[in-house]
Amino acid sequence: MSDTSLASASASGGPHGLGATDRRDSWWLGPMLVFLGLVAFGVYSTWAAWTGTDYLLQSHGAYYLSPFYSPDVKDLFGIAPPFSFAFLILWIPLGFRATCYYYRKSYYRAFFLDPVACAVGEPKGRTYRGETAFPFILQNMHRYFFYLATIVLLFLWFDALRAFFFTGPGGHLQFGMGVGSIIMLLNVIALSAFSMGCNSFRHLIGGKMDCFSCSGAARTRYKLWKGVSVFNLRHQEWAWISLFSVGLTDLYIRLCCMGIIHDVRIF
Amino acid sequence: MSKREFKVWRGDAAGGKFVSYPVDVEEGMVVLDAIHQIQRQQAPDLACRWNCKAAKCGSCSAEVNGKPRLMCKTRLDSLPDGEPVTVHPMRSFPIMRDLVTDVAWNYTVNRKIPPFTPKKDTQWLMQQEDVDRVQEFRKCIECFLCQNVCHVVREHDKKDHFAGPRFFVRIASLEMHPLDSLDRIPLLKKEAGLGLCNITKCCTEVCPEEIHITDNAIIPMKERVVDRYYDPVQIVIRKLTGKDKKD
Repeated sequence: MSDTSLASASASGGPHGLGATDRRDSWWLGPMLVFLGLVAFGVYSTWAAWTGTDYLLQSHGAYYLSPFYSPDVKDLFGIAPPFSFAFLILWIPLGFRATCYYYRKSYYRAFFLDPVACAVGEPKGRTYRGETAFPFILQNMHRYFFYLATIVLLFLWFDALRAFFFTGPGGHLQFGMGVGSIIMLLNVIALSAFSMGCNSFRHLIGGKMDCFSCSGAARTRYKLWKGVSVFNLRHQEWAWISLFSVGLTDLYIRLCCMGIIHDVRIF
Repeated sequence: MSKREFKVWRGDAAGGKFVSYPVDVEEGMVVLDAIHQIQRQQAPDLACRWNCKAAKCGSCSAEVNGKPRLMCKTRLDSLPDGEPVTVHPMRSFPIMRDLVTDVAWNYTVNRKIPPFTPKKDTQWLMQQEDVDRVQEFRKCIECFLCQNVCHVVREHDKKDHFAGPRFFVRIASLEMHPLDSLDRIPLLKKEAGLGLCNITKCCTEVCPEEIHITDNAIIPMKERVVDRYYDPVQIVIRKLTGKDKKD
């Protein structure tokens, strides 16, 4: 037995200082990857929305619309603001993800260091109010962003299905498939899986009930709640998959529009 | 048989330090075995709370290599070789002595929660689908690792305004109970301080019973608070229909 120099003064609740921990594992790796992933997506998506160009591929009969520009309010409603119209849409998915329970965990850890990781000290001298005061009290509006994001998702489904129809020589639409069609379909499936696992949706569809067996309607909602719970269990994974799929879908269409790559028509 | 170095925190409320002990390691040993060996052979005055040694009593909570864990459920072969194993008492509660902390605050919080109160003329019959959801919460062994790791308690020391994850689980088990008649949503928002939780899921990560504390208890309770206090449409509907109680 011997004394060591690893003295530990603070042994009960209270600030310990940023990074103070006895953990030996790479606790910093997760928040760092989240930070890099979200910054990379934020930079790319802002740039892609800012350009206002190369978002719609119409060559060789294809009709691929970037998810950042859907719905195409310029084409559908004639709305043409002096800036890229993508910004008229993107606040909805941005709000949906920013208030999402999973993303909240991610960015509270990676950006606000609150906490940076479990059992790891935080910066001293901050007043903590959690989600009881502005701005984070607005997280309680997550369900409204879910409603709006669902409308956007319906447009994305339309776009994905539309991508399977190509304009033929006579101007008629005919069923077909290109690599872009598949990418757009996979993207909207990923986005749907993310939305289906939404915690607010899980609550509204049935989680708010106390009795699942008290009526026929309650039993139906119970089954729906069980279904949503399956997606909810992997909400984190779908959050990342759908985030990257939406960025990669835009990138594919953009590169095709720029002529850097060419869409391969399968049939 | 090999030897490993253990650095065990020794001290009391006035302060303390890590003390090194060599431990003979056998296959299958857990950290609590090592602590018992230290007590038996080197430091009979080492204070440690334990009981079942089967991860069911929730007594031997501590921080092993900085991670909140049950000592009886932490196998030595799960810890990195070639470096000392540190054992520290839970950091969120006052130290009594060595590895023993004073967790009385938790019981004080618990007493503030109105217990199960059945509806009048209750038919004592429940369907399995109604039982399943609240049964998960019954697995809690009250080890208080979730309370210990929660940064609202640990870093921000909000014990006077915050119930903590263990008690959000308990309130959820009562609120979701189909035969219960009480409304604890105001308690959740006000006295229990649910809004202070920023759902960073550390409680779920450390739960030895693998209860989905955040997804199945805290978030559903947050959503019920939203129904009651923040969702303008629901507030208007409730005002119009005069329905202001649980579903």
